[in-house]
Amino acid sequence: MYRYDEFDHSFVNQRTEQFKDQVRRRIAGELTEDEFKPLRLMNGLYLQLHAYMLRVAIPYGTLNSRQMRKLAHIARTYDRSYGHFTTRQNIQFNWPKLEDTPAILEELAEVEMHAIQTSGNCIRNVTADHFAGAAADEIADPRPYAEILRQWSSLHPEFSFLPRKFKIAITGAPHDRAAVQVHDIGLQLTRNEAGEIGFVVFVGGGLGRTPMVGRKVRDFLPEEDILAYSEAILRVYNQYGRRDNKYKARIKILVHETGLEELKKDIEAEFEKIRYDVLRLPNEEVRRIEAYFAPPALEVLADTDPEFEERKASDPAFAQFAKNNLNPHRVPGHSSVTLSMKPIGGIPGDASDVQMDIIADLAKTYGHDEIRISHEQNVILPHVAIRDLPAIFDVLVEHNMAEGNAGLITDIIACPGMDYCALATARSIPVAQEISERFGKAERQAEIGELKIKISGCINACGHHHVGHIGILGLDKKGEEFYQVTLGGSADENTSVGQIVGRGFSSDKVVDAIETLVDTYIDLRQDKDETFLEAYRRVGEDPFKEALYGVG
Amino acid sequence: MNVITANRLLDGEVVWLGDNGHWSETLQGAKVLESAEDVAEHMAIAKQAIADRFVVEAYEMAVKHEDGKLVPVRYREVIRAAGPTILPGLGKQAKPVAV
Ligand code: SF4
Repeated sequence: MYRYDEFDHSFVNQRTEQFKDQVRRRIAGELTEDEFKPLRLMNGLYLQLHAYMLRVAIPYGTLNSRQMRKLAHIARTYDRSYGHFTTRQNIQFNWPKLEDTPAILEELAEVEMHAIQTSGNCIRNVTADHFAGAAADEIADPRPYAEILRQWSSLHPEFSFLPRKFKIAITGAPHDRAAVQVHDIGLQLTRNEAGEIGFVVFVGGGLGRTPMVGRKVRDFLPEEDILAYSEAILRVYNQYGRRDNKYKARIKILVHETGLEELKKDIEAEFEKIRYDVLRLPNEEVRRIEAYFAPPALEVLADTDPEFEERKASDPAFAQFAKNNLNPHRVPGHSSVTLSMKPIGGIPGDASDVQMDIIADLAKTYGHDEIRISHEQNVILPHVAIRDLPAIFDVLVEHNMAEGNAGLITDIIACPGMDYCALATARSIPVAQEISERFGKAERQAEIGELKIKISGCINACGHHHVGHIGILGLDKKGEEFYQVTLGGSADENTSVGQIVGRGFSSDKVVDAIETLVDTYIDLRQDKDETFLEAYRRVGEDPFKEALYGVG
Repeated sequence: MNVITANRLLDGEVVWLGDNGHWSETLQGAKVLESAEDVAEHMAIAKQAIADRFVVEAYEMAVKHEDGKLVPVRYREVIRAAGPTILPGLGKQAKPVAV
């Protein structure tokens, strides 16, 4: 994986020293809160409902066991023994003290981690496919490009005061697992007819108050142009993006208001000006960065293993895990394993310090020291031999990470909601927990098949509800929690924004409503292979509406 | 009926303004303010506490009496006064003195 070079080390150390001094000056009274707040936000430190919250960056969701152990140590030493994996592949600590944050950042810097670009109107941490570097369907590992973009964007003087935050996602496979079309810039690796690597480029996707699917601006952008083209997009945005109204400041609004063709012209014109300049990416540089992400040397093994097959036959929980939580690996006899951070009735994305240590141990023992965090708030061991799966599973069972529910109805994305978040209008987590309990039986989940439920506690949509097959948005209706339901959203290569199905539901009715939707789907699907989303796309919303609200 | 709330600067703990400029860690220790003048006068005390770097982000919030106890009107403030509803072992609700 990527190792800091001298520049990175000194950059992160400088930032840590700088923030340490800023905290000292704040406590000594040399800085007011108004002066200090933007500085703490630049270092990932928020003030939430109960306490401060520190968001630590996990660039493109990749980390090793030493880093995971450090996160466990921070949770134990400075927080309340747990952390929360977010939909941006980061981790949040919910209870740090202001006075401890310099020490936490120092500890993070020791393992090449930080909290930069996790907040504020800058280019945020680049996200990527969580099976990057391992997936059988991958064209190329997207992380070297994510890292190149990170180096370009960290502290970019022109882009540290953008009209609004700016998010970039990149995926290396035709099947998009990084939700690239709901990012400000979405990049999808592809090959042209000559077999050269390049990118399909999407611009102007985003969720929040005004959800929009990104528009394609390039079918093929050559590899060497990735920085110049991104810079051109950012420059056009920086120049024309609205600064007068925070709700209209994202690039998606610019795409919408200016029109795609016009904007494309501006981007291409800017690109032509800078394309042959310093931002042109030399081949050697890409290869140099790529070397950091060189895959572990994996022995080619038999496609399957007798002990693995035997266990599947004798243990239904293991069989379910093997069916849902394994992703095909490019090296025969291997797999990428999803460790479920969604135990039945649990809090989506929370991990205790003990679990973090166990994940680190497993990665070290069986996973070539590689760990990924998915935007779906699970943990991945990307390179595991199939013959080791029974042993891994036993450890996961012991530590409550063995639910075989990846991609199923209980694998719910939920933002922190009003249990933690100062901006929330309703709680998200208890709704997720109730759905998980309601549908938690293995047979019931299996019967339903693939179904992605995503829940946000306010219009900011950190829980990606717009792109849930079923989306749930928590609102405040006259002081009561109230939930609006959307159907038909999706964040893969066929991205769509879900449509509101009708009037919302109170907190004690919303899970019944979800059950009605699920039962309606089971009744009308053509066969077991037709997923909820496929069925919805075939029949439209009417049967679901009717089931929820009756006719007329 | 209002009270004034804030977060303590050093550790972020939620606090409410009580008597004599004291900041209480529990809502029951908050001074109930009936009139607009009362609120204005206590907001001035809160502003001073901000200037003195004791608290940050002070604001007023509505409360009511229920079973002889002070209770926030907004559900958000109920959660803030107690802790995450999903983890009853954490936050103020877990402390020996009830909220
Ligand atoms: S969606 Fe709203 S409630 Fe949920 S984490 Fe984001 S800002 Fe907070």
